Amino acid sequence: MFFLPILIPLISIVLLIAFRSRLKFQQGLSILSVFIQLFAAVSILLKLSENGHLVAQSGGWPAPFGITFVADYTSAILLLAVSLVAIGSIIYSIGFVDFDRQKNGLFLLYQGLLAGVNGALLTGDIFNLYVWFEVMVISSFVLITLGSEKTQLRASVKYLVMNLVGSMLFVAAIGLLYSQLGTLNMADIAYKLRLQPVPPLVNSAIMLFFVAFGIKAAVFPFFFWLPASYPTPPIAITAFFGATLTKVGVYVMLRFYSLFAQLDVTFWQPVIFTVAALTMIFGVLMAASSYDIRKILSFHIVSQIGYILMGIGLFSVAGLAGAILFIVHNMFSKTATFMAGGLIYLYKGSYDLKKLGWIYKTKPLLAFLFLIPALSLAGIPPTPGFFGKFLLLYAGFDGAHYTITIVALGVSILTLFSMVKIWNEAMWKPEENSVDLVVKKIQPAAWTGTIIVVALTLLLGLTIGYTYDYLADAARQLLDPSLYIKAVLPEQP
Amino acid sequence: MSLLMAILIGFLYAVSIYLLLRRSIVKLVIGILFLSYATNLMLFFTGGLTETSPAFTDIASTSEVVTASDPLPQALILTALVIGFGVAAFSMVLIYRFYKESGTVDLDELSEIEKS
Repeated sequence: MFFLPILIPLISIVLLIAFRSRLKFQQGLSILSVFIQLFAAVSILLKLSENGHLVAQSGGWPAPFGITFVADYTSAILLLAVSLVAIGSIIYSIGFVDFDRQKNGLFLLYQGLLAGVNGALLTGDIFNLYVWFEVMVISSFVLITLGSEKTQLRASVKYLVMNLVGSMLFVAAIGLLYSQLGTLNMADIAYKLRLQPVPPLVNSAIMLFFVAFGIKAAVFPFFFWLPASYPTPPIAITAFFGATLTKVGVYVMLRFYSLFAQLDVTFWQPVIFTVAALTMIFGVLMAASSYDIRKILSFHIVSQIGYILMGIGLFSVAGLAGAILFIVHNMFSKTATFMAGGLIYLYKGSYDLKKLGWIYKTKPLLAFLFLIPALSLAGIPPTPGFFGKFLLLYAGFDGAHYTITIVALGVSILTLFSMVKIWNEAMWKPEENSVDLVVKKIQPAAWTGTIIVVALTLLLGLTIGYTYDYLADAARQLLDPSLYIKAVLPEQP
Repeated sequence: MSLLMAILIGFLYAVSIYLLLRRSIVKLVIGILFLSYATNLMLFFTGGLTETSPAFTDIASTSEVVTASDPLPQALILTALVIGFGVAAFSMVLIYRFYKESGTVDLDELSEIEKS
């Protein structure tokens, strides 16, 4: 049961390769596969309420020697969110992506991406984490070039180089840490770091980790590859990327901060806050100055990562719960806005705000579908974005970190501004010169996918009283890493 | 010996960063290759440089204390090498397609084309 989230996508890949030529089968199998992953994620989450941590040793080798897989509330919540958003994304892709791409392995690569994401969320071993990251990143390399359009190829060069540099720094950091501590198990590393004295090279290894995951999560100053590459593939793929890749990068930061970096909090907290503030500000300013829906939304991914980093830096129950809620809320809201943007493209034939207009009048449902996730990104109640921001700001004022909190407040006004800009330009503005319509009929699957993810966004906001209990549990587990260490290494004192 | 290796690894990193910053996309890919060589070499020496000690020893057959070299970095580097090989193959195909589509290998020229 525990390995299902990893095994199911891998088995699906094998089946999808075997039945390459049957498109209907591929679509059906992909949807079935994500539903089983959803079931597995729910069952892991329910089991956690008995134990707190679920630990499995692959191959039966005891913990620091074998590869350990660990689930706690944080990873279980994110597993659940990923499988939910994957259902919406795959249904949307069936209706949005052209048949050529669908036949050339779109669903196969989605499953590869999911295998990497689920593996990275569950693993308790840093080298294994690197392997899952590569599984994920290589699938995304192919997804971003799928179709080989000119713009895609250009963008993918930047994407490829930046991600490879990140991966190599990650491996170098693993090497440095291994040479100092002689172990790769995350719990064991955390345990050995808590024995005095800490070897001097450890902090440089953690800095290398920070840079490596900073590149993957697109934080300042490493984010430029993201807005250059995300807008180029079909927007269904971008939507799925936005929900998975950067979020896993930031999840690993959360995990590593809790286990390792937190030990040197006087050094790391200012670093995290500075990077978080600059990420928020640069992301939102560049979003505010763009006129292409895909560009605006891509810059927003960057800006929102800043909020999550802020929650990590605050490191209190409210701050960490806010950070996790922000990751989940971003998976839903961001994907939903990308999907609604894709529907606008199908309807009007353009992503350029200057050419759009009057969608509210002609397609009110589409305008409504865009409005909910956009308000959520801006942080208007009762959407999850509001609760996420509320938790972060509460934690910020509570911990007397005024500068970062005020920056976060200012950035959220600018976020609202750029969302209102899309709304005004695309929905309310009278259409001056109607674009020569290349209108394709919007497939029902594309509508369904969007409605699913928008509904998830709303649901997350409306059930926050119930979900907050889980988020607070997750935050408490992260706050006390000795629980994690004890769960993996029961013999250690 | 470890000093020599440290200098070698540092030199490889320097070469790769120099190549990564070049305009030509072919050199960019060679830079990626060098980056992964440097990293793999570093990973390889994280177990420490020990001479004349084997990776596997038969402890049961001998009573004296045996020193074994750490076999784990060798396992790690194998994994990293295979992944690096796959990525290198992919990036070579990518630059070939890139050249075919845009007719240039110069990244600066390309950004000028993009602007116009």
